[in-house]
Amino acid sequence: MTEPVDPSESKLKTRALPGVETREPSITPPPSASDQTPLKRPKPVSGGPRKRLMPEGIWTKCPKCQETIYRKELEAKLNVCWQCGYHFPLTAWERVSSLIDGDSFVQADSEMSSVDVLSFPGYLSKLESNQQKTGMKDAVITGLGLLHGRKVALGVMDFGFNGGSMGSVVGEKLTRIIESATEQSLPVIICSTSGGARMYEGMFSLMQMAKTCGALAYHGREKLPFISVLTDPTMAGVMASFASVGDLILAEPAARIGFAGPRVIKDTTKAELPKGFQTAEFLRDHGLIDAIVPRKELKGRLAWYLDCLMASRDAAQA
Amino acid sequence: MKHTLEFEKPIAELEKKLDELKSHEASGSLSVSFQEEIALIEKKIRDTRETIFSNLTAHQRVMLARHPKRPYTLDYIREVFDHFTELHGDRLFADDRAMVGGFASIDDSQVMVIGTQKGRDTKENILRNFGSAHPEGYRKAMRLMKMADKFGLPIVTLIDTAGAYPGIGAEERHIAEAIAVNLREMMLLEVPILAIVIGEGGSGGALGIGVADKVMILENAYYSVISPEGCAAILWKSSEAVPQAAECLRITADQLKSLKLVDQIIPEPLGGAQNDVSAVATSMRQVISQTLKQLGSMGVSDRMKARYDRFRAFGQFIES
Ligand SMILES: [Zn+2]
Repeated sequence: MTEPVDPSESKLKTRALPGVETREPSITPPPSASDQTPLKRPKPVSGGPRKRLMPEGIWTKCPKCQETIYRKELEAKLNVCWQCGYHFPLTAWERVSSLIDGDSFVQADSEMSSVDVLSFPGYLSKLESNQQKTGMKDAVITGLGLLHGRKVALGVMDFGFNGGSMGSVVGEKLTRIIESATEQSLPVIICSTSGGARMYEGMFSLMQMAKTCGALAYHGREKLPFISVLTDPTMAGVMASFASVGDLILAEPAARIGFAGPRVIKDTTKAELPKGFQTAEFLRDHGLIDAIVPRKELKGRLAWYLDCLMASRDAAQA
Repeated sequence: MKHTLEFEKPIAELEKKLDELKSHEASGSLSVSFQEEIALIEKKIRDTRETIFSNLTAHQRVMLARHPKRPYTLDYIREVFDHFTELHGDRLFADDRAMVGGFASIDDSQVMVIGTQKGRDTKENILRNFGSAHPEGYRKAMRLMKMADKFGLPIVTLIDTAGAYPGIGAEERHIAEAIAVNLREMMLLEVPILAIVIGEGGSGGALGIGVADKVMILENAYYSVISPEGCAAILWKSSEAVPQAAECLRITADQLKSLKLVDQIIPEPLGGAQNDVSAVATSMRQVISQTLKQLGSMGVSDRMKARYDRFRAFGQFIES
């Protein structure tokens, strides 16, 4: 069953096979050169936080509606449950291929990796295990590619790499791709997912917030658009920097978005948190988010938004 | 009332002994002089102070940075600047008392001075929200900075906050966005900006007024991506690990200076700034006036480029 199938048909099939979803996923080591090759996705591997959320093996279970789902079909539908609309996490490479035309993506700084600048206990082994698990060097993929024929600078974070935390590599790669966009008069799109700054790199991580925002300041000064796409979850130091300064701020449905963690807020304020607190929908209603865009519509929407934001430039060049 | 930190207890105990000895002598039932013993204890106190305060651990410095008697932003503004005139409000929602700002002068030049403000007692801490600003504070700071930029006034920010406030209202009004906008906009201000960490430099809440041409720090202040307590809870799952976390994060003035994350350290008297506020203020005044003079002599585009490059340079990685 390699072709995408009709949802109703699949539902029948999954129900005909109860209990299969508990099968252990096969363990495949990630291809070592995976992020040198444009658009090649690292194969999903087991372990870490992905085990619970990511579709693995042949079957998976939707955490929202409990439906048993055929994994290949889920992948074909951009990891969105067709029963209830739950958005499973995407790896950075899955996101890149969902947005960029064909094989047009040219990755930048594919070999950049972190150093243990503070000799922080446990950091090196943490980096190694995350590289093993994801097949990525660090928590972001950056590059240039075509989105419905328009050249864009793209940055995509991966929550699977140490919770998408931002250290020197994430900050530097994003800053470089923003600077390239400024030089080449390109729009910037960054898809965020992160728990915040990477504490293993101490103040160097905090400074990435100023660095990325500074690069966007100069990009924006050239009247070039930046679209920030918030995916589940985007918190703390990433939300308090580049992710919050988009000309447009978009979010995926139900994504958790905020500054402080809900437990910290609860402990500090001793108050009940409002219903839906720190979700995309809550923040849209409180005026932060321009639009909530379901994953399957994202590419088309981005193209249209860029047509609007780049209209006068496009006209001047025509 | 004297406040004693945990690691200051040996000094406090000696001082107590000294007081007892003195009062015993003064009660004078015996015509015996304790002068020799008193001198001995006094020397011991001096030596103990010297030993303790010249070998402070990172965690002990964090405790000094949070010392309840430590001078706060308005104390320094009073001592360092003339004619401070506070300005209120973000023109959007409220006036956040955890962030103060206004006109002042130094060396007969007008500046905009802005800083996070803690409270000295419970009542004032409620007003000041313990120095943790809401979005309104960051937006007020930006309003004042834009006004300074418009009218050509240099900006001095004083940083002393455990962090931006983690609360429901803060999230509903987008504290992350308020900080992020400041990071972006401060990079484009044409006037000179000097930031000084005077106590706690708590993460994004500190950086939100910290994108400056020069960043200075007081000797016993700290500046960190996360509180040592937060780090210990996440990585070691134990409050016992707080001193270790404080050490690992490299957050003290001398560590930050050697990593080139801050430009200059402003010295404090032995035992902390609270022991001689006016001495610290005198050094601070010198640093501010020298730095503003130096920054003011640069051309606008050179200064802005240098500010961008200052932050651009932060980060270490390998490419191979
Ligand atoms: Zn579902």
